[in-house]
Amino acid sequence: MKAKARAAPVRVLIAKPGLDGHDRGAKVVARALRDAGMEVIYAGLRQTPEEIVRAAVEEDVDLIGLSILSGAHMALFPRVMALLKKEKGSRIKVFAGGIIPDEDASRLRRLGIRAIFGPGASLGEIVQTAERLARGTA
Amino acid sequence: MSRPRPSTAAAAIVRGDRRALAKAITAVESGAPAGDALLRELYPRTGRIPIVGLTGPLGVGKSSLINLLVAHLRSNGRSVGVVAVDPSSPFSGGSVLGDRIRLDRRADDPGIFFRSMASRGASGGLADATRDVARLLEAAGFDVVLVETVGSGQVDVAIRGVATTRVVVLVPHLGDEVQTLKAGLFEIADVFCVNKSDLPGAETAERDLAELASLGPAPDGWRARIVRTSTTAPSGIPQLWSAIEAHEAFLAASPAHAAERRRRLEEEIVGRVREEVARRLAERLETDPALRRLVDRVLARELDPRTAAERLVAPGHRGR
Repeated sequence: MKAKARAAPVRVLIAKPGLDGHDRGAKVVARALRDAGMEVIYAGLRQTPEEIVRAAVEEDVDLIGLSILSGAHMALFPRVMALLKKEKGSRIKVFAGGIIPDEDASRLRRLGIRAIFGPGASLGEIVQTAERLARGTA
Repeated sequence: MSRPRPSTAAAAIVRGDRRALAKAITAVESGAPAGDALLRELYPRTGRIPIVGLTGPLGVGKSSLINLLVAHLRSNGRSVGVVAVDPSSPFSGGSVLGDRIRLDRRADDPGIFFRSMASRGASGGLADATRDVARLLEAAGFDVVLVETVGSGQVDVAIRGVATTRVVVLVPHLGDEVQTLKAGLFEIADVFCVNKSDLPGAETAERDLAELASLGPAPDGWRARIVRTSTTAPSGIPQLWSAIEAHEAFLAASPAHAAERRRRLEEEIVGRVREEVARRLAERLETDPALRRLVDRVLARELDPRTAAERLVAPGHRGR
């Protein structure tokens, strides 16, 4: 038997900012990341950017996954990124999924959101990206 | 990336730096040396506050109760640290930690710190590091720490060794009164909470528990209190907290409690020695030729495993 090697699992916060009430996608992603061996803190619906960043700090996560279908991403995501910076959480990598038009996606990438998944993204693709982001190879 | 030296990190935690506290919890949780050093440094600041454990089967409303207890404590001006444990998958090692979803609070309230923990393979309803995480929260200055266990089965009683007051949360219709006679979960309660008491059957559940409590004999002289609560139309929360406080007051005045604290620390020390010895031995069994020969002899049926083990722990053994 090997001495107990305790490589810490990747911790990821999955949250839905704003007021949309559709969390099926976020739950499916949470489950897929769990099956990939990650510790997923599921913060659920109707989170303000302040609550999301606070949870990310307290839970000391490596990644934040934001899910949004309401169209308010250009109001909410920049706020999350700004608060993260303010709380010295810039090391935490953010990815997002939902209904996000291409022109918004490129602006959000410039703000530091590492990956953005649209309705056609496969779970495999999302999991692989999360793993790469956590390893620092993406 | 620069990492502050332990003393700097400890000072930051005591000062109330939430990020330092969060990082320290991660270190302790993963068994990193930085975590050990911090615990060594902060241990003198622990052992004074109520550590309240909430346990009970899954779905009885532990997270919702914690949310309401936190609100109650905040309205009384007391700060609260929460550790909520959910199970890790035995297959992938991953987990979904969903207790935070029940928490509803102002994002800028510094008087609450909530941390989700995965059990990471530990049995008994907690993670191995839960006790130490509660210590970190105390050292960070919180007035009360609430610990939520994994949804528990009948024998998940690890919370016994961690909490100063154990609340067993149940709901109506979990079973007839014979269930209350069984060993395990029902034996560790300082307070029974019958949650979802707006449902029919709450009176019967309370009566069964009251009979159980009256049967005694509580070895330390405390008789478990029973409180009815509801979290949908919130009721019973101040009563629940009063029952917890009554138990804490009882502990403070109880001579048996000092002995109990000592016994628990003895248990912890013995547990840590067991882990450490097992770890070192497992390492040496792979690398030390003398120990490998000992195992060869057991394999060849020249020696039995029990005798081999005795030789290994005998002082000054050379593995022969």
